[in-house]
Amino acid sequence: MGDHHHGPAKGISRWLFTTNHKDIGTMYLWFSFAMFILGGAFAMIIRAELFQPGMQLVDPAFFNQMTTLHGLVMVFGAIMPSFVGLANWMIPMMIGAPDMALPRMNNWSFWILPPAFLLLASTLFMEGGAPAFGWTFYAPLSTTYAPPSVTIFIFCIHVLGLSSIMGSINIIATVMNMRAPGMTYMKMPLFVWTWLITAFLLVAVMPVLAGAVTMMLMDIHFGTSFFSAAGGGDPVLFQHIFWFFGHPEVYIIILPAFGVVSQIIPAFSRKPLFGYDSMVYATASIAFLSFIVWAHHMYTVGMPIAGELFFMYATMLIAVPTGVKVFNWISTMWRGALTFETPMLFCMGFLVLFTIGGFTGLMLSIAPSDFQYHDSYFVVAHFHYVMVAGAVFSMTAAVYYWLPKWCGRMYNETMGKTHFWISFIGFNLTFFPQHFVGLAGMPRRIPDYALQFADFNMMSSIGAFIYGASQILFLYNVIATIVSGKPTSEEKVWDGAEGLEWTVPTPAPYHTFETPPKIDPAHAHS
Amino acid sequence: MIRLSANPTIDTVVKLATVAVGMFAFVFVVMVPLYDVLCDALGINGKTSGEAYTSVQAGVDESREITIQFVATNNEGMPWEFGPSVTMMKVHPGAVNDTVFHARNPLPDAMIAQAIPSVSPARAAEYFHKTECFCFNHQPLQGDSAAEMPLQFIVDQDLPRDIRTITLSYTIFDVTDMVGGVAAR
Repeated sequence: MGDHHHGPAKGISRWLFTTNHKDIGTMYLWFSFAMFILGGAFAMIIRAELFQPGMQLVDPAFFNQMTTLHGLVMVFGAIMPSFVGLANWMIPMMIGAPDMALPRMNNWSFWILPPAFLLLASTLFMEGGAPAFGWTFYAPLSTTYAPPSVTIFIFCIHVLGLSSIMGSINIIATVMNMRAPGMTYMKMPLFVWTWLITAFLLVAVMPVLAGAVTMMLMDIHFGTSFFSAAGGGDPVLFQHIFWFFGHPEVYIIILPAFGVVSQIIPAFSRKPLFGYDSMVYATASIAFLSFIVWAHHMYTVGMPIAGELFFMYATMLIAVPTGVKVFNWISTMWRGALTFETPMLFCMGFLVLFTIGGFTGLMLSIAPSDFQYHDSYFVVAHFHYVMVAGAVFSMTAAVYYWLPKWCGRMYNETMGKTHFWISFIGFNLTFFPQHFVGLAGMPRRIPDYALQFADFNMMSSIGAFIYGASQILFLYNVIATIVSGKPTSEEKVWDGAEGLEWTVPTPAPYHTFETPPKIDPAHAHS
Repeated sequence: MIRLSANPTIDTVVKLATVAVGMFAFVFVVMVPLYDVLCDALGINGKTSGEAYTSVQAGVDESREITIQFVATNNEGMPWEFGPSVTMMKVHPGAVNDTVFHARNPLPDAMIAQAIPSVSPARAAEYFHKTECFCFNHQPLQGDSAAEMPLQFIVDQDLPRDIRTITLSYTIFDVTDMVGGVAAR
């Protein structure tokens, strides 16, 4: 056997053929940021059109393509791959493994993603336009009335489903088989735990999504009638299948965010995480409950009252483990030696805003009142509080927290804090007024609206432009750090940080833990 | 746990891949049929049974009258003239009732149609029995011709007393292109 201690290959082949978890993690993170900018650009077009009532910039058909692509790109292109990238970078370093369990498959799961999204974006230039049926692609909008590009869309969903399944199998195989000796399950950092559970959710529900789009494909091209009433099918069946995937998907997005926050808050509170065991059990409970609450997305389809009640109570039950988590984070901070560096600011922003999103979620869970909120801007406000202030804020916190470890340079703290405050203000200005217009009756996914919603919509649009612009600052800060940030070689960049990733040199070398680290059996989880 | 391979990684991968393939199959072989069974059994979505009802000999409940409303809708692009002969009937639970729907194909070519019923309130669906219905079969019509399509039904004596009006809605679909492909259920 030759020399194993080689560095990265040179040039483009380093990235094309790499099997190194850090390289692949980096590619995932950059790709997801590119998608974040693309999806953000779509959002800017939406908000520009909604700046004033009446039709100004785009025609309604194009507007619908924008809302559809914004949702698809943000969910499948930005948020999910960003957390997979973080998992690739951090999980081996957190459990003392030299790499992921299946490095070659890892390369594949990343490299099939960019072509899939290139194809999806190319539908914008096709005859009939891009998919315009909303990110939930309800039949028959996505079958009988769909543009021809729906077939490309189905192919894209298949490819990115495959990527997610391969990625999650890899994560499970890594966590189950490659932990350093002494790293028992209940000693794993919480980020590893939340990802392990997320990966199981992905393996269980991505095939369901693949099944749904396969049925659409068959209805469109092969004469079946899964979702067509004329042939004995039922469009409502589509909604059941979609949300059987879709609700666990919501937790696929948010659980890794919970993990990130559970790493960062203890570090800047200089206290161990409060209630580690209960955090693990709460995560598992949320994952289990996610499978039995899907129909709360479809209270208005005409379910029997028993169904409405079951899904209502089951949904409300989720507030219990989620509440456990929120109180644990607050208890971690209680009497801690708190400092407020950028990662901590983003985590606290997460804590406040995600809790608001959780409360509006509880409001939506109440079947009788949901009839008013259903398909209104209230729903839009709710899920942006959990998706953006939940997932995106925590992802941003993660980048600031681990960036010095990744590249051996400190980011500019003032710029980071500025980024946080502009994001925080811009985000709330965008989405808080949407609660009000939603309750007052403004429906979602419309290019024009009644005059009484004009002021709040203008506020929303201004907020969206501010939030969008603040991400350019983020990009600049990250690039400036990599190129010319203040070098640091401290292993523990943050004095309160705990965990194996802080025991390797800074910047993290290309290969880490080729010999497993020693885990102190007395040492609690990190 | 059963070990499928001496290599623990391969063992994990094979098991998880099986779960993924199993979930894909689950959608087709469990979720779709289960949904149909549940809808039929519970009358969800106002779905009525697609089979003719064999009447059980039981007395007619003369004590109350149920209003039956008939609604007919053409699916988008369906050119037929289609409608009930009477829009409303008053019936006693347990009694056998007859009515007809009219259909006319104004186009020169022969066409095949399929009517899909739905009952509102959905709770009433399981108490609305059709002994004969044009919706049980495809309805072919020659070009430029008309037909009367019969419907015979019984409202169950066990219909909850708070339901006084039942709406039976038919949507008629053009299935000319589909028939020969996959038969409608």
